[in-house]
Amino acid sequence: MSAAQVRVSSLHGAGGEVMDDLIRSLIVPRFAARSAGRIGLSAMDDGATIERPATGELVVTTDCHVVKPVFFPGGDIGRLAAAGTVNDLAVMGARPVAFTLGIILEEGFALEDLEKILDSFAEVLAEVDASLVGGDTKVMASGDVDGIILCATGFGIADRAVSDAELWEGDDVLITGTVGDHGMALLAAREEFRLSTRLVSDVAPLWSLLKPVLPMGVHAMKDPTRGGLAAALNEMARKSEACVEIDEASIPLRAEVAGLSDLLGISPLDVANEGKAVLVVDPQATGAILAALAAHPRGAQARRIGKVTRRYPGRVVMDTGIGGERFLDMPLGDPVPRIC
Amino acid sequence: MSHPFRLADPRKARDLSLAIHLLAPSRTIKLVHVCGTHEIAIARHGLRRLLPDSVQILEGPGCPVCVTPAADIERAVRMSEQGAIVCTYGDMLRVPGRGRSLDDARAAGADVRTVLSADEVARIARATSREVVFFAVGFETTAPMTAAVALDAPPPNLSFLVAHKLIPPAMAALLDMPEVALDGYLAPGHVSTILGSAAYEPWLSRLRVPVVIGGFEPLDVLYALALLVRQIRDGLAVVENAYPRAVSCGGNEAALRLIRDVFEPCDAAWRGIGEIPLSGLRLLPRHASLDALARFEVGAVDEAPTIPGCRCAEVLTARAVPSDCPLFATRCTPLSPVGPCMVGAEGACAIWFRYRRKEVP
Amino acid sequence: MCLAAPARVVSVLGRTAVVDYDGVQMTARLDALADPLAPGDYVLIHSGFAIRRLSAADGEETLRLFDELSQSLGSAPDGSGTRPGRPAPR
Repeated sequence: MSAAQVRVSSLHGAGGEVMDDLIRSLIVPRFAARSAGRIGLSAMDDGATIERPATGELVVTTDCHVVKPVFFPGGDIGRLAAAGTVNDLAVMGARPVAFTLGIILEEGFALEDLEKILDSFAEVLAEVDASLVGGDTKVMASGDVDGIILCATGFGIADRAVSDAELWEGDDVLITGTVGDHGMALLAAREEFRLSTRLVSDVAPLWSLLKPVLPMGVHAMKDPTRGGLAAALNEMARKSEACVEIDEASIPLRAEVAGLSDLLGISPLDVANEGKAVLVVDPQATGAILAALAAHPRGAQARRIGKVTRRYPGRVVMDTGIGGERFLDMPLGDPVPRIC
Repeated sequence: MSHPFRLADPRKARDLSLAIHLLAPSRTIKLVHVCGTHEIAIARHGLRRLLPDSVQILEGPGCPVCVTPAADIERAVRMSEQGAIVCTYGDMLRVPGRGRSLDDARAAGADVRTVLSADEVARIARATSREVVFFAVGFETTAPMTAAVALDAPPPNLSFLVAHKLIPPAMAALLDMPEVALDGYLAPGHVSTILGSAAYEPWLSRLRVPVVIGGFEPLDVLYALALLVRQIRDGLAVVENAYPRAVSCGGNEAALRLIRDVFEPCDAAWRGIGEIPLSGLRLLPRHASLDALARFEVGAVDEAPTIPGCRCAEVLTARAVPSDCPLFATRCTPLSPVGPCMVGAEGACAIWFRYRRKEVP
Repeated sequence: MCLAAPARVVSVLGRTAVVDYDGVQMTARLDALADPLAPGDYVLIHSGFAIRRLSAADGEETLRLFDELSQSLGSAPDGSGTRPGRPAPR
């Protein structure tokens, strides 16, 4: 690639020399160290192969990522796409093995930023020892897309996949750490709000945190991303026709998240987490699982936040901590700050 | 939590709940608040569970975006379509006017921006040569901020579409309506921070019911309700201040001066209720150049017609609760609101939908 | 329209102050406040403007009012009173 080239042009997506150069110089070197089968990314073939596991189930997930701003406190869209896909596999109980990545770029996007984003993506894959085995790049005209979109597909292998619908009466409900960090960090970073905090997104891959607890009595897992803890718990309760009863005071919250919640009129339970998991576990195993989670830096604030009952099947009930009680419902849409 | 005003001690909540139980008369009493933030505090903390069955809490016209006339929203939409950058508070964004909201206008390409502070509006205007309109909604709490920006050498491309409303005239108007029977008002804390507790006194002869000013921490709300039921038990109808840490007798003179320097009271239409005398604010003649209506040709705009079946007018006037309405949670939901009480995040119907639709029995 | 948060004053500069609410800092305008402010004071912030000065003692004072009411009714202010009316939530 010519040294003068600092921004994405339409040629980068045209399938010719310039695009080939982009892939060879920017993408392949970052991911060539690992492969998941006989034919990997560096072969630049029409497809790639993944070695078939001797036992267990193949788990696949796909996720498209857009985020504003592309670089946010605590991460960027590359880390978000990689961690998000890893976490979808991890909460299925699957070891992440191979990924493909679709990149849609806006003409004029800074190549330096693209490099940073690819570095972030590669860093997460290296941490979980998974490979990028394929991908595609397209360029759209300026204004037709906002900067960059990443679409990642992940393949993982599970001894036995963990669903999000195996809630049994008496189970304990755990969260691996503080709630609302990602969503609130992004809201706080919105330039027009002129707020300043040290809050950063929690975006991180969870495989190394969750792997040790898988055989310890985990019945169901889910990552509370968009829609937050409220959406994740409701989905789990609905699917199992079980009641999830949680205790608001036990939900770990950073002071800044609680503060932003008051200032913006947005519940921390309604906004995204990108480095947290909800675990529904055998109550006999709660102590051991919490101890194992707490031994990992990303699980240091893990807590038991509630239990599974039969009281209101399909619903989430929250003890508000001052003697009141209410249903915690699914958020209706993206939260909008209010001053009322 | 770090600040010393977080008042949510469950033991104190139990004490106050006990006080309300001891004070409450055996007959059913209807207490009305006129502040969406009170409704949110009550619903979010599940406070109704701490009250005796005989104490009912209803929401009056306390959601400023809900009571903003559809015609005003339509005017703002038209200004955005004519190329103005329209700035407003997030609450207003999804509220439909004549069939469409500012959010719809934005989706169609208009430049509509959410601000957390009126101060941001001037900053936006200084950074562009385009016309910027501040769609200023809210009660006495929020009007001083609009006034401060209007007085602070506003850039020439900034104008104001003023839809500020005043709470005490609405409280009085509610009681003048036939069929409205209420036993006491929980008056809004932060409106009262500006107005002062004495501001309710002149209205008392028309209100004829107890008025207690309450804060927004869960314990503040319970305490104010306890004082209300105590007045009812004792047959009193006076103004009491249950939020003295934030509300003085005379109010915030600096804020009141800002309002007086920029606005004058005017008759105003309340969505779902109709016109209430001297219940709104408009720019003083000497600030007429700041009026967005003078800069844009928006044409005639009719108020939205009454929707058949919609009982918002009764909900806004504490004559019905949302679940009394046949449209509630069926044809009318926060995602496709029919009536004004469903449109704003702090509208009575929207809050009921969110927190109480199937309330923990 | 009443969302207002009690934030701590970090510094004052003319007609504005930097305030902190639970680790979230912002600049608040002081046009609507007649009282002088000093770092460490608390102020209620609404829509980016300070609308009322509070002192940290006001929180304690409020709690005292709550207790006074309970005491006047002979109900124990220490939380030992039992909750009449409805059965416990669970």
